[in-house]
Amino acid sequence: MNTVPKSGVPYGAQAPKVRRRRMNVSLLLGGATIIFWLIVALVGPMVAPHAPGQVVDLDVFSPASSTLPLGSDYLGRDVLSRMLIASRFTVSIALLATLLAATVGVFCGLLAASSGWVDAIFSKLFDTLSAVPSLMFGLVVIGSLGASIPVLVGTLATVYSPGAFRTSRALARNIAVLDFVTVARARGETLPYIVLREILPNLVGPLAADFGLRFVFVTLLLSGLSFLGLGVQPPNADLGALVRENIAGLGFGAAAVLVPTFAIASLTIGMNMVIDAVSGGRRAGGRR
Amino acid sequence: MSLSGDPLVRLTGLEISVRDAQGQDKIIVRDISLEVQPGEVLALIGESGSGKTTIALSMLGYTRGACRISDGTVEVAGHRLDSLPEARLQGLRGRVVSYVAQSAAAAFNPMLPIMRQVIEPALVHGLMTREAAEDKARGLFRALALPRPDTVGDRYPHQVSGGQLQRLMAAMALITDPALVIFDEPTTALDVTTQIEVLKAFKAVVRDLGTTAVYVSHDLAVVAQIADRICVLRDGMVQEQGRVEEILFHPRQDYTRALVAAAAARVPAAPMPDLPRDAGDPPLIQMRDVVAGYGGVDAQGNPQVRILDGVSFAIERGKVLGVIGESGSGKSTLARVVAGLHAPASGRVNLDGYTLEGEIRHRDKEQLRRVQLVFQNADTALNPAVSVGEAIGRPLTFFHALRGADRKAEVARLLDLVRLPAALAGRLPGELSGGQKQRVNLARALAARPDLLLCDEVTSALDPVVAEAVLDLLIDLRRELGLAYMFITHDIGIVRAIADEVMVLYGGVPVELASHEALEGPLHHPYTRLLMASVPELRPGWLEAANSAFSCGSTPGAGHAAGCRFFQRCAVSHPGLCDVLDPAVHVGAGQTIACHRGFDGLQATPGIAQGAIPA
Repeated sequence: MNTVPKSGVPYGAQAPKVRRRRMNVSLLLGGATIIFWLIVALVGPMVAPHAPGQVVDLDVFSPASSTLPLGSDYLGRDVLSRMLIASRFTVSIALLATLLAATVGVFCGLLAASSGWVDAIFSKLFDTLSAVPSLMFGLVVIGSLGASIPVLVGTLATVYSPGAFRTSRALARNIAVLDFVTVARARGETLPYIVLREILPNLVGPLAADFGLRFVFVTLLLSGLSFLGLGVQPPNADLGALVRENIAGLGFGAAAVLVPTFAIASLTIGMNMVIDAVSGGRRAGGRR
Repeated sequence: MSLSGDPLVRLTGLEISVRDAQGQDKIIVRDISLEVQPGEVLALIGESGSGKTTIALSMLGYTRGACRISDGTVEVAGHRLDSLPEARLQGLRGRVVSYVAQSAAAAFNPMLPIMRQVIEPALVHGLMTREAAEDKARGLFRALALPRPDTVGDRYPHQVSGGQLQRLMAAMALITDPALVIFDEPTTALDVTTQIEVLKAFKAVVRDLGTTAVYVSHDLAVVAQIADRICVLRDGMVQEQGRVEEILFHPRQDYTRALVAAAAARVPAAPMPDLPRDAGDPPLIQMRDVVAGYGGVDAQGNPQVRILDGVSFAIERGKVLGVIGESGSGKSTLARVVAGLHAPASGRVNLDGYTLEGEIRHRDKEQLRRVQLVFQNADTALNPAVSVGEAIGRPLTFFHALRGADRKAEVARLLDLVRLPAALAGRLPGELSGGQKQRVNLARALAARPDLLLCDEVTSALDPVVAEAVLDLLIDLRRELGLAYMFITHDIGIVRAIADEVMVLYGGVPVELASHEALEGPLHHPYTRLLMASVPELRPGWLEAANSAFSCGSTPGAGHAAGCRFFQRCAVSHPGLCDVLDPAVHVGAGQTIACHRGFDGLQATPGIAQGAIPA
């Protein structure tokens, strides 16, 4: 009669290994990719064999060779050198813009969560901002102010700060009604103390995940803008610009167009993998 | 319906394990073997984490989240629930076994009328037509003593009270004539006065229908009223099983003895000697005619919704004022007014004779230091991202400018004061047990070196044995530090044990203020009597004897215009007087009562003067 499947031991022994390995693989792979691109952005231009604007090959879209490891582009310039400089532009602009968007968004979000009339003003302001289509906003601003790096960073940060504002405000509002915040208020603590010491530490995890996600969006929008010719201007380039200028090489399967495409993909996917692994791990741990 | 002697439910060697974040299997319930005969009510009793709900859910063939049945068998009405596929289980749930959850408010869909939800199980299983099911539901509403049984089904869940909703959920569970009903802490979230009505309804319907039931609870006194047998659980294992009388009066295990002792009425603590003070000294805290509420204020400066209406009291140094009342009586708002979190619309709060400003930002640091608030739920009262040492240390820095080694030493001393090891200072609240968290919560309030602690239901969220220990600690601290408490609770037993004076709130109005001696005396406001009579006693048969001599109906006075707020529920009211005029306040020896009957009238009322409850 006793026909209960006693699968407990083998099932329980196998499953954890598989799961842990998957989580670690995701974290390791994503982390390695991000670190790789950070290093490239940091030291790449210093070790670049040629200046980014220098024409070194009479042939265009030439295949990889010992002198030109990634071949040449549509003007016969060294793709490797251009990749190295483009990575620096993409990574640093995206990072700066994300930092700016997150700082402004989180600061305003926390302020809004702790005061009624500030909330009303900021919410309307950021809602208006997020109602404007992001690519259109970029086109108008850069079209009128010209494409310089400060304008690019400012535009990207403006487009993505409403999201950071919304996220941090929603999170902070949930925390602000908890009893430990009431205890701090009853003790007579100042608003900055309550916001920074009681509320903010509880937001670090979700906000870090939000930061990563926003970095991905910023990278994609920056590449999109550059693809339209509104990004970093020649002779410099970012990854999106490389894709655009070498698009004619797509028919030949030229490295000049494929490498920057894969670079954008690996940067965003790598960041996504890190976020998934970190926030997934937190969630599993939080469930006790 | 079943062969005589054959149990309806049989668990043999049941083991349930859960997979943790690391993927390790951990056994949370082991080697459970028990039987329930047809028509019998078995109670599963234990603390949180004892596995009582997990076991009860296994009788639905259900396990929560990452749990699974890893060994043993579950047999209900001839079905092997542990080995049936999900599709077959769905055919059994709600038909053969049904479930009554703790929170009816969360179990009902707020968007659908009640009747549709109550008859849903019968329709889902195709047992009867809609008309037949609705007829049957109305019959059940009547059996469960619901008011207006013919029309209550047309209402929406938010339009009925919590106690009624709980009974409606029982009707939903019973509509299919299930072989087994599982009640999972169905009265835990209710006020005592509501609990007694719900318990009576449950007991009557279980007896009349001959229902077999498993009743999960942490409250031994409640279980004593409704169960035939009790199964005591601890750490996922059966400690003891037996008939109710055996468990209550002849417990064999130490743990059962501790449970019974914790559930029994507490011996009142020795009264505190009066602290030396001059006759002219003002009381530590004094509240005069405080009105507080929400919404705009009218011409007289009174808010639209009055949570507190004309509350006055005083607490001397080192004394304890107990504040009792049902949910919605305004007791938490009272604490918030004293703490400065809710500014009163009128009236004043005095600390040592000096008037306190209504809002925190207008109070000075010294005033803030002297009054500290301790919340009910230590899970939300402690910041999960802040270590124990930092949480306790912050008030030390804030009020006493302690830093570095001094602060560390003081944190260790405070932890010792609440009987916790100093090593806990480095831990985060998430790593502590419920009782430990509540002690840290207390230590943080003590760090300010207050004169008055506002304790808002500090033991309500704890298991009985742990609550008992925290209460003992509070009594000790009071003796050691000469603290005064305002002790807010819904449990009159706790008030009896700790308070020097008791204030009974009803609808934001103090209906009685009694000294410790007067509380033990025979004369009380009808509402106080009702509260006292509603606390379940640790003996079978109490529920039948507990007659609602002091109350009729359970809906608190809605749309109060004038007169006594308790009028609609009062069994000894004078219509034409009580519902027209505000009751006068009668002052007796150590006692004031706001009731039209006065002390003489209450004495003359049968059943009240004797202090006995007519059967």
